[in-house]
Amino acid sequence: MKAVEVYDLAFRYRNGRVLDAISFVVEAGEVLGVIGPNSAGKTTLLRLLSRVLVPEAGKVTLFGRDLNALTKREVARTVAVVPQEFQVAFPFTVGQVVAMGRYPHARGIGFETGEDRRAAEQALEETGTRHLAGKYLDQLSGGEKQRVVIARALAQEPRILLLDEPMAHLDFNNQMEILRLLRRLKAERGLTIILVSHDLNAAAGCSDRLLLLKGGTVLTAGRPEEVMRAEILESAYGCPIWVGADPDTGRIRVLPRL
Amino acid sequence: MRRRLLVVMAVLTAGLAAAVVLALSVGTVRIGWLQTMAILGAKVLPLPVFWTEAQETIVLALRLPRVLLAAIVGSSLSLAGAGFQAISRNPLADPGVLGVSSGAAFGVVMGVFTGLGAGAGVLFLPLFGAAGALVAAVAVYGIASIDGRLPIQTLLLAGVVVSLFFSSAIMVASALIRAEELQGVVFYLIGQLRLADYPTLGVVVGCLVVGTGLIYLQALPLNLLAAGEEAAAQLGAEPERVKRMIFVACSLVTGAAVSVSGSVAFVGLIVPHAVRLCLGPDNRLVIPASLLAGAMFLVLTDTLARTVVAPAEIPVGAVTAFLGAPFFAYLLRTRYRSVYP
Repeated sequence: MKAVEVYDLAFRYRNGRVLDAISFVVEAGEVLGVIGPNSAGKTTLLRLLSRVLVPEAGKVTLFGRDLNALTKREVARTVAVVPQEFQVAFPFTVGQVVAMGRYPHARGIGFETGEDRRAAEQALEETGTRHLAGKYLDQLSGGEKQRVVIARALAQEPRILLLDEPMAHLDFNNQMEILRLLRRLKAERGLTIILVSHDLNAAAGCSDRLLLLKGGTVLTAGRPEEVMRAEILESAYGCPIWVGADPDTGRIRVLPRL
Repeated sequence: MRRRLLVVMAVLTAGLAAAVVLALSVGTVRIGWLQTMAILGAKVLPLPVFWTEAQETIVLALRLPRVLLAAIVGSSLSLAGAGFQAISRNPLADPGVLGVSSGAAFGVVMGVFTGLGAGAGVLFLPLFGAAGALVAAVAVYGIASIDGRLPIQTLLLAGVVVSLFFSSAIMVASALIRAEELQGVVFYLIGQLRLADYPTLGVVVGCLVVGTGLIYLQALPLNLLAAGEEAAAQLGAEPERVKRMIFVACSLVTGAAVSVSGSVAFVGLIVPHAVRLCLGPDNRLVIPASLLAGAMFLVLTDTLARTVVAPAEIPVGAVTAFLGAPFFAYLLRTRYRSVYP
């Protein structure tokens, strides 16, 4: 089953930045890592997939249904987004922030139902943030906050999870924590995950396939060992790059060469 | 959640009832609170009469309309404040600070000026106010927004600009208008509660009911907006629609309130903020609680305004500004930093 199909997608910002002729497919339950240099169009692609932006041309289908034919709430019940930055203007508690993820399921004025509470509880549980439920976001560490934002996305009970730089600003331990969490979500919830990351090693480590964007188009797509090749990455990033293997695990490692 | 709402509403309703009874009892002539309650109660229940006719006239004919007016204006401005704060993601927004009240006052003055608001047209003055409020709100938004966001600095500056513009326009218009047609510039600029006739009050209540309905329907999407418009859209809300709805509803209630009271400052700032301090920021609670707390607040401040220097009277807008300005300064120094890193 194909979770996401993108055909010939095009988009243009008013300031001239573009995304053009993007096509790819993500199988259900697969992790796709989206990589590429700055302003390659990675975040724009996520915005198009969550329909915050409407494409100029091309087509996106989610589990076989045309994204444009879905209502906004249907989209939000299928796709959840973990944005790069997350700030809340008023002092909502962690519990309240996670409960907001239930909005696409709400009816009427939107008082929480038992089902809503159960889904929010489960999301807190799975991300290990239940003990933080009474705290405010600005009382949390970077890693805790990121897990709370993921909990909010899980409360939506989506089938597809889009994450924009979820490991940015986190230390090694917290990065690994997030990667383990994503792996668990894939295994236990069967989530399809699309992950935008600047961290090539992390992206390669947790993705089934990679999509390398440059200048708004797809440069290469394929399994990590197919994409993580020196000549490909050098043409994408325009600097010398070393590609090797971790001597213990054999996993691909890349480093820019000074 | 639903139970919490009911408890909060019950407590606030009781508080409002107590405030109303207090406001009806005090004044140049003091009337016992038991008598006051009995005078009110006698309207619906057969009660033994233990008060004089004069007392009944004072309570029902002199004080009650003004107390009702205070309650309705307080509710309207607090509701508008809660709404504006939610869509601007900014706890300092309020109809006065944003210049929306000035716009509303200008709308009302134009209604009088053009003669459309004379005679039977008096009933349409609240709508003139609403139109003026909407123009001001849209102007402030247009001036202040940067990439769809409303940073606090530009928002406050835009509010000052728009407010000064409309205040000046009111002064120009009132210089051109014959004095007896206008209640006086001070009335519009500072805000004062006068006796309003019941039909006008009815129109203001109507606007409040419609506005409350529109805003409360958006309570949950307003919560989502706290995390920004894109985050709200990704949850399936429609930020543009929500904002438009809130702009219209808040302008409607502000305009209607200003048409009968002038611009009473800072009510829409103080009340929702106090409510959030007690109950948290969930708009499903904040909006209805602000409605009742706002009524209570203005009933009490107006009682203060007409008793503290009795038999003289200060405009209630001066009292709220006295309380509100230091409060605003306090918020700007403390809350603003923790909420906007």
